[in-house]
Amino acid sequence: MLAAAQSHEPAERKRALETLFAAYWKPVYKYVRLRWNRPPEDAQDLTQGFFMELLERDLLARFDPGKSRLRTYLRVCVDSFAANEEKAARRQKRGGNALHVALDFEAAEGELGATVMHPAAIASPESLEEFFEKEWVRSLFSLTVEDLRKLCRERERESTFHFFEMYDLEGDEKISYAQLAKAYGIPVTDVTNALAWARREFRRIALERLQEICASEEEFQREARAVFGWNAK
Amino acid sequence: MKFLSDKALERLRAGADVPDLEGTRYRLLERVARGGMGVIYAAEDGKLERRIALKVLDLPCNSGELAKRLTREARVLARLEHPGIVPVHDVGMLADGRVFYTMKFVEGQRLDKHVAAVDSLADRLRLFLRICDAVAFAHSRGVLHRDLKPANIMVGPFGEVLVMDWGLAKILRDAAGPNATDEDGEATVIGSVAREGEPGDDTEVTRHGTVMGTPGYMSPEQARGDVEHLDARSDLYSLGAILRSLLAGTMNSKMPRPLEAICAKATAETPALRYESAMQLAQDVSRYLDGLPVTAHREDLFERSGRYYRRYQTAILLIAAYLVMRVLILVFMKR
Repeated sequence: MLAAAQSHEPAERKRALETLFAAYWKPVYKYVRLRWNRPPEDAQDLTQGFFMELLERDLLARFDPGKSRLRTYLRVCVDSFAANEEKAARRQKRGGNALHVALDFEAAEGELGATVMHPAAIASPESLEEFFEKEWVRSLFSLTVEDLRKLCRERERESTFHFFEMYDLEGDEKISYAQLAKAYGIPVTDVTNALAWARREFRRIALERLQEICASEEEFQREARAVFGWNAK
Repeated sequence: MKFLSDKALERLRAGADVPDLEGTRYRLLERVARGGMGVIYAAEDGKLERRIALKVLDLPCNSGELAKRLTREARVLARLEHPGIVPVHDVGMLADGRVFYTMKFVEGQRLDKHVAAVDSLADRLRLFLRICDAVAFAHSRGVLHRDLKPANIMVGPFGEVLVMDWGLAKILRDAAGPNATDEDGEATVIGSVAREGEPGDDTEVTRHGTVMGTPGYMSPEQARGDVEHLDARSDLYSLGAILRSLLAGTMNSKMPRPLEAICAKATAETPALRYESAMQLAQDVSRYLDGLPVTAHREDLFERSGRYYRRYQTAILLIAAYLVMRVLILVFMKR
């Protein structure tokens, strides 16, 4: 995707950047709020300003996937940007949001309240990296869940999404496959199959999204391992 | 957009991992281990009604060529009939594009865990000889393992040694089969498995020309990604590293020089300086066990005397005792 983000073809470049921003704006916003201890309004300005800076200074062109992960690179860029916020504020005034990515800061703020990690607990660089990675996974999975919701609607599989929501998103342990089957008047095997389908599609969509924001097959494999926890010991 | 809690993230990860075996003859039983590039499950083969091990690779296979190649290789690997080898039974693809393969379900202990309870150097070396036997057999059939390490070797309840994870080995040539083709010589996507929660999970996934194997056990040529030119000597390097790890746990003092030389020769940087075959390596280890000189080490007079003494210790002591007795008798009679 980073190759696409630097494409000379404006439409391809725009699409690639929008995909990247959609996946990263929330982690960046939350990171600024916690790491830089900024009030919501400042953090919003900083987040928008950061992405403008990314575009204007073509920072993605300097990213080398062989040296670091994109996440780490972006986080370091955010740190450097936030350290010079006056400059950021000027850019924000001069620029404006050229890409059509809806930034729902209110929702991000609400999520921040639910975030487990307390600002006091994220002092070390490792925990900052961990925090940023977790928020990045949350962002990617949230986008994937929305894609899956749309897919289910298109295929008239709303009940499938409902099962998925109840079981995998809400994690309501009081509900069994049998109860869902009874509620919908279908055999238990249908619930099993529906959930297997939803999980398979979720996995496919998440990997597709991930592939879009990776510069190489090697980076994709590395990122997939991180996102799905395949590196976990 | 829905906010996903940390628990939801974990459930989504777990859900996305579970293989959908619909349309196959297998039924999932439980997750056994996670490896560098896949997960091993216990499953039931519905057709033969037996428990098997099922390994599912993490990433989907986007090209049909990979699946074809794996199938082709599974056929060759299925013919590796040796008591020390756990061959592949079946290979296939899930609906989501992930490749899976099945193997005999082995109950036992990983080599590194097993040897923790084996104090005797000789017993450890005998275990090592059985590993060499299995590897030598595979080499004789034109198959390279390419990811030999303690995590891929199991010791069964009766002390049997089983070399695992041949599913992604490299076929150098099809020695036994009638359908050998030039394509069988191609390297393949490769990876390995380390048991869950254990060190050594850092295997890299690779394709043609990229790095694969496990650091510490992987030959230098393999680490360079020179997969086209790998041969049996690459596995010999891994065997040397395994031998070293087996010896490390028993040595209170310095490792005996002959064994040190054997390890050094097996893990030589240049393949040409290593043993020519697993059998040769095994023979050298056997010679050490029998108190004979090893080919990897030229011993000096002192070492040779020491080895003769250890080898013929009983006879030497008996002769010495006899001579002392004779001297004492002579002295006594002269008085």
